[in-house]
Amino acid sequence: MSLRAKQSNLKGKAIKLGNNISTDDIIPGRFAHLRSNLPELAKHILEDVAPSFCARVEPGDFLVAGRNFGLGSSREHAPLVIKMSGISAVLAKSVARIFFRNAINQGMPVLLCDTDKIADGDELEINLSDGLITNLTSRPLPNKVGSGEGLLSSGARLRSSKTPSFMLAILEEGGLIPYIRKHKDFIIRCSSEPY
Amino acid sequence: MTLAEKVLSAHCDKKEVRPGEFINARVDLILANDITAPLAIKEFLRFGIHRVFNPAKVVMVPDHFCPNKDIPSAEQAKLMRGFAREQGLIYFEVGRMGIEHVLLPEQGLVLPGQVIVGADSHTCTYGALGAFATGMGSTDIAVAMAMGEIWMKVPPTIKFVYQGRLPEWIGGKDLILYTIGNIGVDGALYSAMEFTGEAIDELSMDGRFTMANMAIEAGAKAGIFHVDGKTKEYIKEHASSHQPYSILNQVQDQSDEDAEYTKIIEYDVSKFEPQVAFPHLPSNTKPISQVGDIKLDQVVIGSCTNGRLDDLRVAAKLLKGRQIHPELRCIIIPGSQRVYLEALREGLIEVFIEAGAAVSTPTCGPCLGGYMGVLAAGERCLSTTNRNFIGRMGSPESEVYLASPAVAAASAILGRIASPEEFLS
Repeated sequence: MSLRAKQSNLKGKAIKLGNNISTDDIIPGRFAHLRSNLPELAKHILEDVAPSFCARVEPGDFLVAGRNFGLGSSREHAPLVIKMSGISAVLAKSVARIFFRNAINQGMPVLLCDTDKIADGDELEINLSDGLITNLTSRPLPNKVGSGEGLLSSGARLRSSKTPSFMLAILEEGGLIPYIRKHKDFIIRCSSEPY
Repeated sequence: MTLAEKVLSAHCDKKEVRPGEFINARVDLILANDITAPLAIKEFLRFGIHRVFNPAKVVMVPDHFCPNKDIPSAEQAKLMRGFAREQGLIYFEVGRMGIEHVLLPEQGLVLPGQVIVGADSHTCTYGALGAFATGMGSTDIAVAMAMGEIWMKVPPTIKFVYQGRLPEWIGGKDLILYTIGNIGVDGALYSAMEFTGEAIDELSMDGRFTMANMAIEAGAKAGIFHVDGKTKEYIKEHASSHQPYSILNQVQDQSDEDAEYTKIIEYDVSKFEPQVAFPHLPSNTKPISQVGDIKLDQVVIGSCTNGRLDDLRVAAKLLKGRQIHPELRCIIIPGSQRVYLEALREGLIEVFIEAGAAVSTPTCGPCLGGYMGVLAAGERCLSTTNRNFIGRMGSPESEVYLASPAVAAASAILGRIASPEEFLS
């Protein structure tokens, strides 16, 4: 996927996880001996909490979690193996702050939204610039008592947190290091942009 | 402004900063260890810059899988050592090192009012000394090493007030576990936790390090304490040639009277019981009276949370003249060579060995399931460490309970989770 494509629209299916998925869940410490071999390390991604993840994930998919995704360690291997598995963005109700930084720095978008509105397997399209998430899955209209209640209907849009422009610029360059290499400086010189 | 805001504003040349604002903060100290430094070094080298911005402000510590546990660990440690020597960084070799967050303050490398970033989530420990310290990933650390500054979002501050006097056996670990149990593992997400109150004034520096250390377990960006007489005494006692003590005089050391907090949470500690966090989150806490009969296979006393001298003294008080339960392994890991030597001089190590405990050179080892006490399937460990996630200490089918050194020592003797109160008579 080109960096430009990243900046515009992302498409893929949602793979749902629960609340409080820790960095130890993402990549257990017992595999730390593989940490310099990322492709090998990535084979063990989420294996204790979502054993089917590795087999299901396809390039472009979205990891859709609940609250406080990525809590725990500062080990950057967590977002790195997620990115390596093919995930193009993480969606969650909230995200642990170190994970958030690490993901942006590695060029992987993280969007905050009400993920209860997304079902496992939903086909989604995400516009990073305006933070809009569109559901492409056709689903029967939600029935008041049915299980589809609260889910995005087909074509419906969900608004997520807007990614600040300096983070979009970092994502566009593929991460913080390529960004600084190119620009020789930080983009934020005391920006007061709200987030 | 709150203390956290004051420290940050002093590092970006702004008179005032507000929560939510993005700033570039100059950093006073940068830290990496043997598992995070290699990736940071790799990223640093991608810049095409040859020197770190200031070698006297970059510290590397081989503590996670050192002394080297296996060949890949040895390779990682070697890579870090080579870089540290070549760049002339502050580096502590095996035999002179400690667990980074025990070591740096005792080496006089941490001062109030500093901004410190570390490639380790428990970097927030240094808030005990009134510094703004936060964990980051390897890329951020690479950027900080190259540029001497880093982007940050100014966090809102939540104030915690601990009223009342601390009952016997209640320490920093119980206060922070209770707090995390109360607010949850995301209860302070992105925020700074400011710890204040009568009980905090009473708490030793070691107890404050324990509390600041676990701010991250509530999702916080930093934990911070006001600078008081105890802080100043600690700084004086641990002053080193690395940095002059006089820096202290130039910093703000308290929040302003009119500082704005997102929340103020008050606790009365006078009736607090020892706390135990059940698997698999640090927020699954119960007071010791509600724990029930839980048999243990292992007890670990140590780590960046509870590997300091006060912690070992409490453990030794209970273990003196007693024996570790025959069906249990007790592993005690002093947090630094200095702590180890002091413990030896005070006779604590003798107490531990006579009680039947294993005592090791400093390492993070078992805390993250590295080595020196990895658990098999079905095994249960009570540990003074900071995390009890699934598989944290070994098998995904093992269990980790978190508690204070007092509960750990009592439990090691009785072979089940036990209160130090059981030894009163």
